[in-house]
Amino acid sequence: MSAWQAETASASAFAAPARALGVARARRLGNLGAWALLSLGGIIMLAPFLWMVLMSVKSLDEVYTFPPVILPTQWRWSNYVEVWNQVPVARFFLNSAAVSLSATLGVLLTSSLGGYSFARIDYPGRNTIFLLYLSTMMIPFAVIMIPLFVQMRFFGWINNLAALIVPGMFSAWGTFLMRQFMMGIPKELEEAAEIDGCNHLRTYRQIILPLCKPVMATLAIFTFMGYWNDFLWPLIVLSSRHKKTLPLGLAGFQQRVSLNTPWHLVMALAVVSVLPILIIFIVGQKYYVRGIVTSGLKGAA
Amino acid sequence: MTPTAPALARPAWSGFRGLSGRQRRNLIAGYAFLAPNLLGVLVFSLFPIATTIYLTFTEWNLSSPAQFTGLRNFVLMAQDDLFWKTMGNTFYYTFVAVPVAVFLAFWLALLLDRKMRGVLSFRVIYFLPHVTLTVAASIIWAWIFQPEYGLINFALSRIGIDGPYWLTDSRWAMISIIIMSNWKGIGYAMLIFLAGLQGIPNELLDAATVDGATPWRKLRHVKLPLLTPTIFFVLTTSFIGAFQAFDQFMIMTRGGPAFATTPLVLYIYQNGFAHFKMGYATSMAAVLFLCILAITLLQWKGARRWVHGFDLEQ
Repeated sequence: MSAWQAETASASAFAAPARALGVARARRLGNLGAWALLSLGGIIMLAPFLWMVLMSVKSLDEVYTFPPVILPTQWRWSNYVEVWNQVPVARFFLNSAAVSLSATLGVLLTSSLGGYSFARIDYPGRNTIFLLYLSTMMIPFAVIMIPLFVQMRFFGWINNLAALIVPGMFSAWGTFLMRQFMMGIPKELEEAAEIDGCNHLRTYRQIILPLCKPVMATLAIFTFMGYWNDFLWPLIVLSSRHKKTLPLGLAGFQQRVSLNTPWHLVMALAVVSVLPILIIFIVGQKYYVRGIVTSGLKGAA
Repeated sequence: MTPTAPALARPAWSGFRGLSGRQRRNLIAGYAFLAPNLLGVLVFSLFPIATTIYLTFTEWNLSSPAQFTGLRNFVLMAQDDLFWKTMGNTFYYTFVAVPVAVFLAFWLALLLDRKMRGVLSFRVIYFLPHVTLTVAASIIWAWIFQPEYGLINFALSRIGIDGPYWLTDSRWAMISIIIMSNWKGIGYAMLIFLAGLQGIPNELLDAATVDGATPWRKLRHVKLPLLTPTIFFVLTTSFIGAFQAFDQFMIMTRGGPAFATTPLVLYIYQNGFAHFKMGYATSMAAVLFLCILAITLLQWKGARRWVHGFDLEQ
């Protein structure tokens, strides 16, 4: 409960000078308690990552020892070469990158155009269509996965990356996000542009889009990470080894043999798949966090 | 959650000819800008939704033409023990995992809301699992739960406890998956709570302090009431997400042992893509949707009682 005691101190500016010393001490104590609790939890949060990395450089014998050894006797970075030789890691990586990048670019384009239409142009039917968009956002993916699979079969896209990219280029949520942001841009800007003879395409490109950079960054990072991590849909539509994305390749590698799984190599591949996304998150965390916070608060307040 | 579009006062539609030049330009530009997006949503969202409705009335194995069977799929479902079992699993998972995660995330957010050194790093640490791909996280945890060489049973053995067989023990498998899912999901809820906490005006808290409110009373009577909309949002979205959880079940247990950890989505997947019962699988998906819808609507109905300012916004 030390955390609460310190909370009193957060408004210490109002405390009487005589009490100030005690309050400051309580605050320090509270911070210490919070630190201790957070560190304990932090270890639990980080341990799986650390364990993954450590396992990835152990020998298989070391993986199968009890009690577990924390540090490997020898750091076998060669495990990574071994994985590279056993599974088409580069292929998985390229597939994931191709899908995530092209679908994200598609989402940015279609969502910004659609958002502009919903937010900045007034025409009959607009609000009805917008409500339709909102209602599709409520439909869980599991509900449409089977018809969507049938559709991909009809298009001849089974075991083809197009089945991930093309449907992935449209996002009702992204359109919604762009619309909300564009609604907040003052109308005067575009009225001035209209007087200057700007048509909608120029207004969109030269006035609205440059102002939308932060929300586009948010949308981009969200979409990219969503596709990079996606598992169920690729599992449904992709089958051959060379079409697989990283999560799919990783899952396949782990389940290839039920006994004697080369756990050290599985972990090495896991590191390879997790690393890019962690880097992207840490670099772009500002935009990512903002995205969660705005979409969260939009819903809440 | 769904903001209603502003009702604009617009004259009744009187045909393209009745429009002024500017209105015409807007009409054309409006649909032109929307066209690529709308096409995608029509083809890849609305059309599949319509197909879903059709498929629920059919029996179809993909190779021969679909047979119209009326409501037979739903009759089969009512008699299918595995359907009820997996539905039960989905409810068990959702209603244990989500409240625990939301409860923990709430306290975590309070701790992380403090102004102190290192708090930003802590926020990142707690959020990292959320951005990690579920497949990788599931694989790591599958090993952590490994009964003979895993970390958890090792830790338990140090304090003299003989740990269970976690993922292969039907009593513990679901709990193991819930632990992993909450490790992964707590950061997301924490972040939204944190945003909610930071949205509380400082003046309110300062005023409470001046009035001599203890920290506990400030939490109970200022922060908690003002956070109820955030709690409501986190709860509804987490329930919707938990109902659709798939990856961790597929990787950690493949639904076993003996269907103890098969959620409905995995059962739908197996029926559709292993047994090619397309009509039956789609019917179960429709039921899943109705469950999610019902639970969301119930929460909205219940929100009036406890969510601060809920009525005012409607």
